[in-house]
Amino acid sequence: MPKDSGIGASPKRREDIRFLTGTGNYTDDININGQTYAWFIRSDVAHGTINSIDASAAEAMEGVLKVFTSADFAEAGGIPCGWEVTDRHGQPMQEPKHPILAEGKVRHVGDPIAVVVAETLEQARDAAEAVEIDIDELEAVIDMKAAVAEGATKVHDDLTSNLCYDWGFVEENREAVDEAIKSAAHVTTLELVNNRVVANPMEPRVAVGDYNRAGDEHTLYTTSQNPHVIRLLMGAFVLSIPEHKLRVVAPDVGGGFGAKIYHYAEEAFVTYAAKVLNRPVKWTSSRSEAFISDAHGRDHVTKIELAMDENHKFTAVRTDTYANMGAYLSTFAPSVPTWLHGTLMAGNYITPLIYVNVKAVFTNTVPVDAYRGAGRPEATFQLERVIDKAARELGMDPVELRRKNFIQPDQFPYDTPVAVTYDTGNYDATMDKALEVADYAGFEARRAESEARGKLRGIGVAHYIEACGIAPSNLVGQLGARAGLYESATVRVNATGSISVFTGSHSHGQGHETTFAQVVSEMIGVDASQIDIVHGDTSKVPMGMGTYGSRSIAVGGSAMVRATEKIINKAKKIAAHLMEASEADIELKDGAFSVAGTDKSVAWGDVTLAAYVPHNYPLEDIEPGLEESAFYDPANFTYPSGAYICELEVDPETGVIDMLNFTAADDFGNVINPMIVEGQVHGGLAQGIGQALMEACIYDENGQLLSGSFMDYTMPRADDMPMMNVDHSCQTPCTHNPLGVKGCGEAGAIGSPPAVVNAVIDALHRAGHKVEHIDMPVSPARVWKAMHG
Amino acid sequence: MYNFEFVKPSTVEEAAAALQGEGAQALGGGQTLLPTMKQRLASPETLVSLTGVEGMVGISAGDGTVTVGGATTHAQVASEAASAYPALAALAGQIGDPAVRNRGTIGGSLANNDPAACYPSAALGSGASISTNKRNIAADDYFQGMFETALDEDEIVTSVSFPVPEAASYQKFLQPASRFALTGVFVAKFPGGVRVAVTGASNNGVFRWTEAEEALSKEFRADALMDLRINHLNMISDLHGSQEYRAHLVGVMTRRAVDAAG
Repeated sequence: MPKDSGIGASPKRREDIRFLTGTGNYTDDININGQTYAWFIRSDVAHGTINSIDASAAEAMEGVLKVFTSADFAEAGGIPCGWEVTDRHGQPMQEPKHPILAEGKVRHVGDPIAVVVAETLEQARDAAEAVEIDIDELEAVIDMKAAVAEGATKVHDDLTSNLCYDWGFVEENREAVDEAIKSAAHVTTLELVNNRVVANPMEPRVAVGDYNRAGDEHTLYTTSQNPHVIRLLMGAFVLSIPEHKLRVVAPDVGGGFGAKIYHYAEEAFVTYAAKVLNRPVKWTSSRSEAFISDAHGRDHVTKIELAMDENHKFTAVRTDTYANMGAYLSTFAPSVPTWLHGTLMAGNYITPLIYVNVKAVFTNTVPVDAYRGAGRPEATFQLERVIDKAARELGMDPVELRRKNFIQPDQFPYDTPVAVTYDTGNYDATMDKALEVADYAGFEARRAESEARGKLRGIGVAHYIEACGIAPSNLVGQLGARAGLYESATVRVNATGSISVFTGSHSHGQGHETTFAQVVSEMIGVDASQIDIVHGDTSKVPMGMGTYGSRSIAVGGSAMVRATEKIINKAKKIAAHLMEASEADIELKDGAFSVAGTDKSVAWGDVTLAAYVPHNYPLEDIEPGLEESAFYDPANFTYPSGAYICELEVDPETGVIDMLNFTAADDFGNVINPMIVEGQVHGGLAQGIGQALMEACIYDENGQLLSGSFMDYTMPRADDMPMMNVDHSCQTPCTHNPLGVKGCGEAGAIGSPPAVVNAVIDALHRAGHKVEHIDMPVSPARVWKAMHG
Repeated sequence: MYNFEFVKPSTVEEAAAALQGEGAQALGGGQTLLPTMKQRLASPETLVSLTGVEGMVGISAGDGTVTVGGATTHAQVASEAASAYPALAALAGQIGDPAVRNRGTIGGSLANNDPAACYPSAALGSGASISTNKRNIAADDYFQGMFETALDEDEIVTSVSFPVPEAASYQKFLQPASRFALTGVFVAKFPGGVRVAVTGASNNGVFRWTEAEEALSKEFRADALMDLRINHLNMISDLHGSQEYRAHLVGVMTRRAVDAAG
């Protein structure tokens, strides 16, 4: 096995050469002969009735091809939602139409009303200013609780209210949970906000539509995490284009974090307009536009109650959450506060009774959907915060309270009361490791040193679990998913032995081109340089459900392993024929086939050549060629977990927080490329710490986005980040996928916010400030206010 | 961005003449104006670049004064004024990021008078004299409220002369997103008294905190300020801090500036 490129090695990321030298091929780099430019005219009010749109002057301007409005899309469907949630009374959620361009009403600042297509972008912008739009502004619905109050203005006139659904889980436990809380020895209650954030990938969204009249073929180039999903949603539900006439390409993509999962109106627009105009049409989002058109993340308001018996064993958890859907249902929005959130409310703990209520609410804001972690950070945050509060109320060490309730290693597989079965884990091990790496025992000496400098030092612990490797199709189908969540792979071995792997996973920063090649290199024994990972093009890759939910290696990687196993099986048959041996005696090692117990061997290249030049070949048994495909549908989720410890100082004069140290001890099961895994954790921590301390998407009462640029939306910068001590040595391999992997993409963003807030509260308490909670982002101003009333 | 004419005069006189034209707008480093134009929120017909004007770039020191040409970049001030007026150089070195500092100019900053900009506090705190193509304006007369100055339409900041104090420091509390000053305080100790200028905090833009000046002129120690509170009622309140928080920060940053000035 090539030790520098197989499983467990840390070769540098091969894709970084092109990313770092400016030779990547991003969607905005794609320019097609005859290309035109689209400029979207977006609503500057949160809620209003469109009285009229007059584009006559604009259409007469130089370079303008056409001004599109909703009237041009009368035949098209709305942007579909990919998940139907059933409420606690057995009724389906309320699902409003999400038109490509606003039909009669605008429902959030940024809602697209009309689009100008012109020869140049400047001409399109000039013409956009000449489009006269008359809107009567209506009252904006912003606050979630007000939105569901009696008599509230409705975001959608054709719905009965602004309540999308009222979900209860597990509904049958509702009364038993109430009873357990009533009779508990101790109940800790906490109300908190999981702040709305904007993903802000480095590359804004871009879409280029192209149309070939000769073959009636459409091509969409787009910044997507899942081009096949876009092909399915847009082709089948919006534009009625069959898959064989629609190619979707997501080339190099500069970060997604969830916001590039969804099917967006701009994609359908450029695809459709390219046919209408018979010209390629390009749209490139500005950063300002991204703030008001990319799906936002989080935005939950929650009350959680944790009940314990006299021995401090958890007896019940009850949570009530208001979840903001925004103005329309984005692709996976309904699933985030429900199945990606309620199913994780057991955390790492034995809690016999759990009830989760979620009211999903329409408001006049940008749609909210999955953002790195999606539902699981919201679950982890409330649980790990309330446990910390409980420990303080009981006068216990927060680590000990957690340990007392941890699911023990001999209890796996463990059925939680919220419908999932954890296959494996060892939570004391990750906790021990984190405490060791963070030198938890030495904290008091460090705190005293800080105190001598006038600073308040605090330490915060959190333990998380997440459900990754999304997802078993039959299970999610029962839960309302309108798609399967398998993955596919095709492994094509060329005559000279080089290998192209076509994967339905999509890499937009994760490094798949490196890690996936490591796996195949390990299995076959050829050098990784001989293996190419191809992704992101529906005309090359047979099928794919894409990359999100930390699913790539666990699901996409497993499909690739299955296809590679088929390749090896066939290659062994060929090798057996070439060496006149029994297939059962053939061994593959270091890229050569040998006959067990003999010195006979043939090289990988001899076998692959024979497959394509079958002069001496078992044609009676097998076909020529060496290409195999596999679909992999996971038997269960994977369950990464870990212990996170944050240490920080608070400046009592200003409330400024100095992040000193962050420790992450994760159990990701087996690890393919440790360097890349550590990088993924670093990135996740940056986003989690960013959410905890800095990022805030704030609307005023009229629905104007106050944090609509980087002048007011605080993106974390490198110098905001502490030293990160990342450890992944605790490994309980996944029991149900071939690589024993769990996924690592979201962990950092899930586990870090409660650790950070716990540390702030700890620092304040140690200094005598009885502050029970500060909502995220825990900004200097909020800390100061909490300390000084 | 809308179309515009661009002129790059080589003398102050030519620049002033060009600014007489209708819709003409002076362009320093463009760090505020160009983003505004890109968003189509400003539409000057003619941009008059000042960076090629003879004599408007550079730093000179002597007779207890540091004079900075109006088109001198923040980066130049940060490096070239470091020995003559360290507190001024340190302030310039904290503006924006390297890209901003290599384009943005002192004249542009003072002419714009953003209420959260750093330079106005140095000019007011030092009692600087702002020279234009028409006259010299004392800093105390120059700043007239948020984005308001004493400049006429066709008036160009040609240079700024800073009396060098015995001790000085600028303490900047960062607005976390933009990293402008949420509150910045420039303290300068002169033989005749102490000046304290505050930026970022007030709805009226940069201002002098006279009570602190009086206290520090008697006794230049942070402790001298312990009982002083500034009224919060005219402070800015926004996403990043309330009026009360800003008023509090004025006190903290002033004390820190005194400590740092030594």
